[in-house]
Amino acid sequence: MSTIFQSLIKKEVLHLVRDFRTVTVVLVMPVVLLLLFGFAISTEVNNVNVAVVVERHTDETRQAIDRLRANPYFTFCGIATHSEVEELLRKGKVDAAVVLRTENGKLTHQIIVDASNTTMAQTSTAYIESVISNSSAGVPVVANTLYNPQLKSAYHFVPGIMGMIFILICAMMTSVSIVSEKETGTMNLLLVSPVRPRTIILGKLVPYFLLSCIILTLVLALSYTVLGLPFSASVVNVVWVTILYIVLALSLGLLISTIASTQVAALLVSGVMFMIPVVLLSGMIFPVENMPLPLQWLSCIIPARWYISAMRVLMIQQLPVGYVLTEVSVLLGMTLAVLALAIKKFNAKK
Amino acid sequence: MMDNMETVISVNGLTKQFGSFTAVDHITLQVGRGEIFGFLGANGAGKTTAMRMLCGLSYPTAGGGTVAGFDIVSQAEEIKRHIGYMSQRFSLYENLTVWENLNLFATIYGMASKDIKSKAEEVFKTLGMENMRNTLVKEIPLGWKQKLAFTAATLHSPDIVFLDEPTGGVDPATRRKFWEMIYRASSQGMTIFVTTHYLDEAEYCSRISIMVDGRIKALDSPARLKEQYCAATMDEVFRIVAKDAKRSD
Repeated sequence: MSTIFQSLIKKEVLHLVRDFRTVTVVLVMPVVLLLLFGFAISTEVNNVNVAVVVERHTDETRQAIDRLRANPYFTFCGIATHSEVEELLRKGKVDAAVVLRTENGKLTHQIIVDASNTTMAQTSTAYIESVISNSSAGVPVVANTLYNPQLKSAYHFVPGIMGMIFILICAMMTSVSIVSEKETGTMNLLLVSPVRPRTIILGKLVPYFLLSCIILTLVLALSYTVLGLPFSASVVNVVWVTILYIVLALSLGLLISTIASTQVAALLVSGVMFMIPVVLLSGMIFPVENMPLPLQWLSCIIPARWYISAMRVLMIQQLPVGYVLTEVSVLLGMTLAVLALAIKKFNAKK
Repeated sequence: MMDNMETVISVNGLTKQFGSFTAVDHITLQVGRGEIFGFLGANGAGKTTAMRMLCGLSYPTAGGGTVAGFDIVSQAEEIKRHIGYMSQRFSLYENLTVWENLNLFATIYGMASKDIKSKAEEVFKTLGMENMRNTLVKEIPLGWKQKLAFTAATLHSPDIVFLDEPTGGVDPATRRKFWEMIYRASSQGMTIFVTTHYLDEAEYCSRISIMVDGRIKALDSPARLKEQYCAATMDEVFRIVAKDAKRSD
């Protein structure tokens, strides 16, 4: 029994080692994604080009312009006239224009912004607003950003990327590898042999589980060093919740392999069923709370939603596991249900 | 089958229904030890379904029988230990070497590792494959792959080996060589249960059955079947027997 199991594992490992390209992609992809989202892609708005229209220069308008110039988020593009503003915006020379008026000795302002990129428009409006109106504000507002004091995008993306990577790698690779054995007919040879179905299944899942653990180590090492996520004892919780999620993803892969009969179908199913919903509905990029209600309900059946939300609590807020009990129990329930269904379908050929 | 022969496959009224569709309809047959039994039929006649039941992969809806002395319903797991199976496409792990494939399948069938080594060496010598043992299977020619698939299915010396269209897509010379392998195995007491599309191959079998629409329409030695249907070749016999077939693609 144990030697049969070992030889099945060895076979799978040999396949992985000999399929060098796939393994490289699988190991490099998480690193590239993390670095891309961590550094290159950010939702912070920098280098907003601003022009200012001043109807009548006063001390206050000068001060306002000085503040804009001094602010690192803005690039001051000079003073323009009313008629020039539209032209500048249309040509993309400036992203926003501020019109300063003095009425009855009081400074008022109007912000004209290029809203073809809504994120950019909203954020830069808010920035300009706070910079210009600073002087006239009576009560200063002290903002206190908890858990992510520098508002780093990396903090926001790491859990999302983990949620995506494990579903992709575990579900896609397991399903494709099982279906490819169905296609070549070797699965039939295994089924005809005295090997028990559960040994066949474990022989498939264990190697991919180990591969996922290697990836997990890689992702965590990168997050805590290069991306500078706060390191604390809660990493233990991060690890075991992720392992639960990996097992869930592997079970989903197994389930897909019982439905799909070709490798292409398996790829499509795992791509369409997992990749797209994970990106759009899991809260990885768009907050679940902002979605219309029906989509929020839909997001409840997406494992990544629960995993990502648990990871935000455990990795970023570093709260104890008591705060993610709901998420963990949902994931556990899903794992058991999917695994039971997959095994039932796998054995249902008789 | 001769009367004094030991029976290794014996099924009675074996039936498999999928919903209202009867894939295999009350088939009854006996196969003796060392026989080469040809299992013929058009595509869709129910050959594969019948074979899956004999291999313990699928349970019959009605009827039953024994394979290698074990009941096909209650002792399917025991049957799996005593048979070998070679699939249509000479399935092997393409990314494993010749030796790794043999080792894997022999281990799965419970052979001890030192037996595997000596037996494999023996086979490599007989087949002239000594210099191929570390070649990846995807890199060896189809004819060799076929021999290797047969070897992988028989290295553990099973009582019966099931060959599912073992000569598809192979040139005539290679097919003849393959049949030499089958004869050698049969002469050592192994029972061969083979499905095929090539009716010239049917002539090589001790006995054959012809399946039409889930039923066995003819079952005897090739010589006697030709006599019975007044036909010169098995091809003619097949055409006469299968002329009323409704299911085929």
